[in-house]
Amino acid sequence: MTASAVAPLVERPDAAPSPNRRGRWRRRRTTALTPVAGLGLGITMLWFSLLVLIPLIAILVQASSGGWQAYWDALTSPQTAAALRLTVSQALLVTLVNIVMGTAIAWVLVRDRFWGKQFLEVVIDIPFALPTIVAGLVLLSLYGPSSPLGVDWANTRVAVFLAFLFVTLPFVVRTVQPVLLELEPEVEEAAASLGASRYVTFRSIILPALAPAITSGAALSFARGISEYGSLVLLSGNLPYSTEVASVRILSYVEGDKLTEAAAVASILLVVAVLVIVVLDIISRRVARHV
Amino acid sequence: MSDTLARPAPSTTPSRGKVLTVRSRSPFRWVLRVVVIAYLFLLVIWPVALVAKATFSQGLAPVLDALQQPEVVFAFKLTLSVAFWAVLINTAFGIVISLLLVRYTFPGRRALSAMIDVPLSVSPIVVGLALLLVYSGRTGWMGRALESAGLQIIYAPPGMIMATAFVSLPLVIRELVPVLTEIGTEQEQAARSLGASPLQSFLRITLPAIKWALLYGVVLSLARSLGEFGAVKIVSGGVAMRTQTATLLVEERYQQFGVENTITAYTASFILALIAVLALVVVTSLRPKENQP
Repeated sequence: MTASAVAPLVERPDAAPSPNRRGRWRRRRTTALTPVAGLGLGITMLWFSLLVLIPLIAILVQASSGGWQAYWDALTSPQTAAALRLTVSQALLVTLVNIVMGTAIAWVLVRDRFWGKQFLEVVIDIPFALPTIVAGLVLLSLYGPSSPLGVDWANTRVAVFLAFLFVTLPFVVRTVQPVLLELEPEVEEAAASLGASRYVTFRSIILPALAPAITSGAALSFARGISEYGSLVLLSGNLPYSTEVASVRILSYVEGDKLTEAAAVASILLVVAVLVIVVLDIISRRVARHV
Repeated sequence: MSDTLARPAPSTTPSRGKVLTVRSRSPFRWVLRVVVIAYLFLLVIWPVALVAKATFSQGLAPVLDALQQPEVVFAFKLTLSVAFWAVLINTAFGIVISLLLVRYTFPGRRALSAMIDVPLSVSPIVVGLALLLVYSGRTGWMGRALESAGLQIIYAPPGMIMATAFVSLPLVIRELVPVLTEIGTEQEQAARSLGASPLQSFLRITLPAIKWALLYGVVLSLARSLGEFGAVKIVSGGVAMRTQTATLLVEERYQQFGVENTITAYTASFILALIAVLALVVVTSLRPKENQP
């Protein structure tokens, strides 16, 4: 029923085994490196360093190359500050919507039964699999100048909000769904039979159980939101001070050959991305301890 | 929770059977169902359907014409070859690193396991910039040396393969790690004790056990690789007939004037979307339904 394409991407398989696998997980045995494994580790770490670590470190080095003052000036130049404010505020707003709607969608997918539910399962993953440039075109067709709804939100802040909303759709749904599946309905029935209202049952039984998953999903959608670029290219017009987001700002610095300024803005996005990974790691380890 | 449960139950406490009946008839469930379906319809289903409609708005002929343009053919060929190499690299790298993460302990294991996920949450533009800073032939840390040795990375296919490999890096690993953890090493140890070489035991025991997870990982990586846009845009330069991939072609054509260019953009988008949805359907229908209640 939750045969989703994205599910393993939003769970953290290494740190948080699903409860029904817990027994086997504990039996896991690891050994120290053998010579062959050591060679494998060496080669993969070399590739990982060349591909990921050194380039990401290069961003931090480049960002600091002009000194603290240059770094601060780059971030607080009016156009960049406006872009960062827009990106963070829209990403926060979208994350709030996702917390509510993502939980509601997960609830309907797990607890409700109706014809066509399997189809919705695929629909949830479409924003993840669709190329981002196509995602922009897709949204433009319903909310752009030729919209059958008669709205034209292209080149406005609503477009930024919609693009973020589209690309972050799967995250909360796919983190909450497996947890909801594991919840025992008996506990809720017990609460209801003891006189708890639907609201009280939800608030004091279901919500605490879902909280770690909702937090993980929210962190993922925030990270995905602030880093979004492709879907905005055709949709938001990238107007300075109005619809220009952080990623677009970095790109125009790169195109203007201002690599230090580009790296300064990029370092902010990078730090947020790493922070989100750390938060997810902490949450999943905590959950793994408590189940 | 405790105070709720400790509160004396009202005299009208319904029996278990009644609770279930009330629930299944509740209007709340209907409201939620309608809200969720309407939300998904407006955000995903209707817009995606409109793109399909716009692609064929002028009939089939312009679509077929668009597919025969040399730029379009070139862009899709380039996209396929870049995606192929990126997926190949990620698959080999993914298998080795998953085995290392699951079966061995070494210093920095937990940090590596977390760092693997960074490409999932970092902006494609940041990825492009990062590669540019290191491998650019003009200003990069290593680019100048590599370029004088005859290897151009930025504005050339190697850089595009690296950018694509970066953004789809965790996909194979995240599929393999849970399965490898689940299967353990008992069977492999048995094979080894019966005289099989490490390679034999991997090919005969481990590979068959992880083949489905590996396939899902490869399909997801392929879908992600074919659709990569931001990172590739920075490192490729997007020159038509040289470094322009399918997603870059969509951007260029949509921004040019003329119905023909728009139809070309929609046609390329339609094909990319079709591949993405097909990949999803394949993965969703093949994945074992382990959590079925």
